[in-house]
Amino acid sequence: MTNRYDIAVIGGGNAALCAAITAAELGAHVVIFETAPKAYRGGNSRHTRNFRCMHSGPLGPLVEDYLEEEYFEDLLKVTDGKTNERLARLAIRTSEECLPWMEEHGVRFQPSLSGTLSLARTNAFFLGGGKSLVNAYYRTAEKLGIEVLYEANVTHLELDGNRIAHLDYEHEGESKRIAPKAVVVASGGFQADTDWLTRAWGPPAKNFLIRGTPYNRGIVLADLLDQSVQSVGDPTQCHAVAVDGRAPKFDGGIVTRLDCVPFSIVVNKNAERFYDEGEDVWPKRYAIWGRLVANQPDQVGYVIIDSKSLDLFMPSVFPPIKADTLEELAEKMGLPPVQLKDTVETFNAACGDTSKFHPTELDGVKTTGINLPKTNWARPIDAPPFYGYSLKTGVTFTYLGLKVDENAQCSTQDGPITNLWAAGETMAGSILGQGYLAGFGMTIGTVFGRVAGREAANYAN
Amino acid sequence: MQTDLRQEARRQAEICNACRYCEGYCSVFPALHQERFFTDGNLTQLANLCHNCRGCYYACQYTAPHEFDLNLPMALAEVRQDSWESFAWPHPLAQIFQKNGVMIAVATVLGFAVLFLAMRTLGSAGGEGFYAVLSHNAMVAIFLPAFLFPLLSITISLRRYWEGTAGKRITLAHIVGAFGSAANMKNLAGGHGDGCNFEDEDKFSNARRLAHQAVMYGFLLCFAATSAGTILHYAFNMPAPYPLWSFPKLLGVPGGILMVLGTVELARLKLKADRNLGASSAWGGEMGFVLLLFLVALSGLLLYWLGGTQLMPLMLAIHLGSVLSFFLLTPYTKMAHGFYRLAALIRDEQRKAALE
Repeated sequence: MTNRYDIAVIGGGNAALCAAITAAELGAHVVIFETAPKAYRGGNSRHTRNFRCMHSGPLGPLVEDYLEEEYFEDLLKVTDGKTNERLARLAIRTSEECLPWMEEHGVRFQPSLSGTLSLARTNAFFLGGGKSLVNAYYRTAEKLGIEVLYEANVTHLELDGNRIAHLDYEHEGESKRIAPKAVVVASGGFQADTDWLTRAWGPPAKNFLIRGTPYNRGIVLADLLDQSVQSVGDPTQCHAVAVDGRAPKFDGGIVTRLDCVPFSIVVNKNAERFYDEGEDVWPKRYAIWGRLVANQPDQVGYVIIDSKSLDLFMPSVFPPIKADTLEELAEKMGLPPVQLKDTVETFNAACGDTSKFHPTELDGVKTTGINLPKTNWARPIDAPPFYGYSLKTGVTFTYLGLKVDENAQCSTQDGPITNLWAAGETMAGSILGQGYLAGFGMTIGTVFGRVAGREAANYAN
Repeated sequence: MQTDLRQEARRQAEICNACRYCEGYCSVFPALHQERFFTDGNLTQLANLCHNCRGCYYACQYTAPHEFDLNLPMALAEVRQDSWESFAWPHPLAQIFQKNGVMIAVATVLGFAVLFLAMRTLGSAGGEGFYAVLSHNAMVAIFLPAFLFPLLSITISLRRYWEGTAGKRITLAHIVGAFGSAANMKNLAGGHGDGCNFEDEDKFSNARRLAHQAVMYGFLLCFAATSAGTILHYAFNMPAPYPLWSFPKLLGVPGGILMVLGTVELARLKLKADRNLGASSAWGGEMGFVLLLFLVALSGLLLYWLGGTQLMPLMLAIHLGSVLSFFLLTPYTKMAHGFYRLAALIRDEQRKAALE
């Protein structure tokens, strides 16, 4: 067993890299254990795109200002109050100093954005996306002398009293053990472990797609929870959205999203509508559709639009299924044709005056006289050809994780574990009790990654 | 044009269009995002707008081993290469040279042979300096057609490009914008001024951009030097050779040095870069062309340096031979990319103007 390293960082995504870089800059000798091969390094950060950042006055690519209170209120809206206010405010407040730090460590931001996303005030977009951020951090880590082990599976952290005594891992076909002075866990959630997901959710979870990395299997998380390290969050809570049903089981990332729901009707496999498709603007209501679809038979949904709507949303990665009649579309999609025609006709009959239709704002063009209304963008589906997409539940990450304090330190019931810290999705449940706020995962990862790295280095020194 | 190359580029462009993370890297992505379905003309334009900086490849979450298997720099390079071949006139010559460094070498040697033969058979006709080796009239007789033929050929090719990409009437504003982009190689700046990812995986570096600028400006200086010499000869009755403090030399010597340094660096970077992110079949041809440019510049400098020695006739033959090859091969080598790139940049200015 060697003590070559001061600090072992478990995980290879944004939070892990922020922790490793911060610790190395404070003089610690750091090793990163990344489960994925190099091509897939970076965890879910590979698929991310932006960073939600507080700022008073313009900052980097961000315009105007976005102050603590507004940011916190935005968080309260999505979590319905299920958050730890002290940690949340710490994350929000510290985000402002993170952006310049990120730039100093090689991250580049998009100068401005075109298209449908108008988040230039609240979210800073990485030039090239999350993988370019991860690449920049790995380059920085290399310059700092941080060692990176790819395809290194950490299997066990030995908790001995109030400290981690050693760490077991598998690398290059061998089982190995080291005893670093301090450990930072930043290895994400457990969403890629379908069995665990099924235990938490029940059998429907077998039909879920995992939008992000297949390497977040929660092995270290489970190992620590088994040793009574304090946890936070509800195992059934996760960031789940509705994605194209043809997406890969793992790693589909951003392109599998479908923006067409507001202009559609969405039916289940019995061709019945089940929720108000026009409830609010996309992407505000985007995140709820994962759960809605998960509650339908076989966990599938079907979006039906007509030719009027085809150009109103972001291009989709898989072409829609196309047919000249609704019956033909139903056949192609495996839906009961008579029932689908009936559902569409009932819906169409409930549509009223559509002259105020406006695709990018709540237009109040709604249905009348049906039990399940569509409250905006309600236009009859009557202009062939007709188009359809299938929907499945896509899980981004799970919220059950390690409970941490303001120093990102983990604990047992008996008090803090002196040399164990956690950052990123592994502890995000401490702040995100439910729901999701775009770009907030990266905020948590960056803020708590840096805190964990700093604390671990101070301890190790 | 080859449908399978187009189909593959189309498949990848559609995935890029659903992702859009690379929006800020270069002009390709805003142009791509403006389409919903990609015609062959769209793909040709995107391919010729791509500077093969590879920023998008290293930032991409969908490169192999991911099942989407994106490699946009390569897909566009293949379409680009294919488009040059299909637009080239006369057509059959194109394929031979675009893809073949050996053929470029063979053509260059033939260029030398023609010059040596000309020197032996046509001779000096009593001239001085260089013209003591080959008379001025003989030089004009050889080089004027060798200069005019590529111009004609490229003109025809660009006209085909313009039809293929549904180009509109060109205004001064389009030209100013396009030349502005070309002048500082905006599309090799990576969107953040740190340069591209050409030499060492995801590392950003301005090396390729600077090397390319050295070659481009070096070439333009040399071209200006030749033009200045022509003007001095005909308008002022001042034949070559020229002293150091003269326009031809003040333009040509720095130009030649820039070209030598630039081509050496381009060749070095090309050896370091991953060949699988370009049109791999064209690698040899591209390298052959870089070396030919190097030879043109180096022989020009040596000719100046050794002009007063016994080696002058030899150097003159090598220089003129390489210049002759360079001119004749222009429509069929990587040199053509400069013309297509400008056309694509002008077309992109038109696209941007249409948005306003």
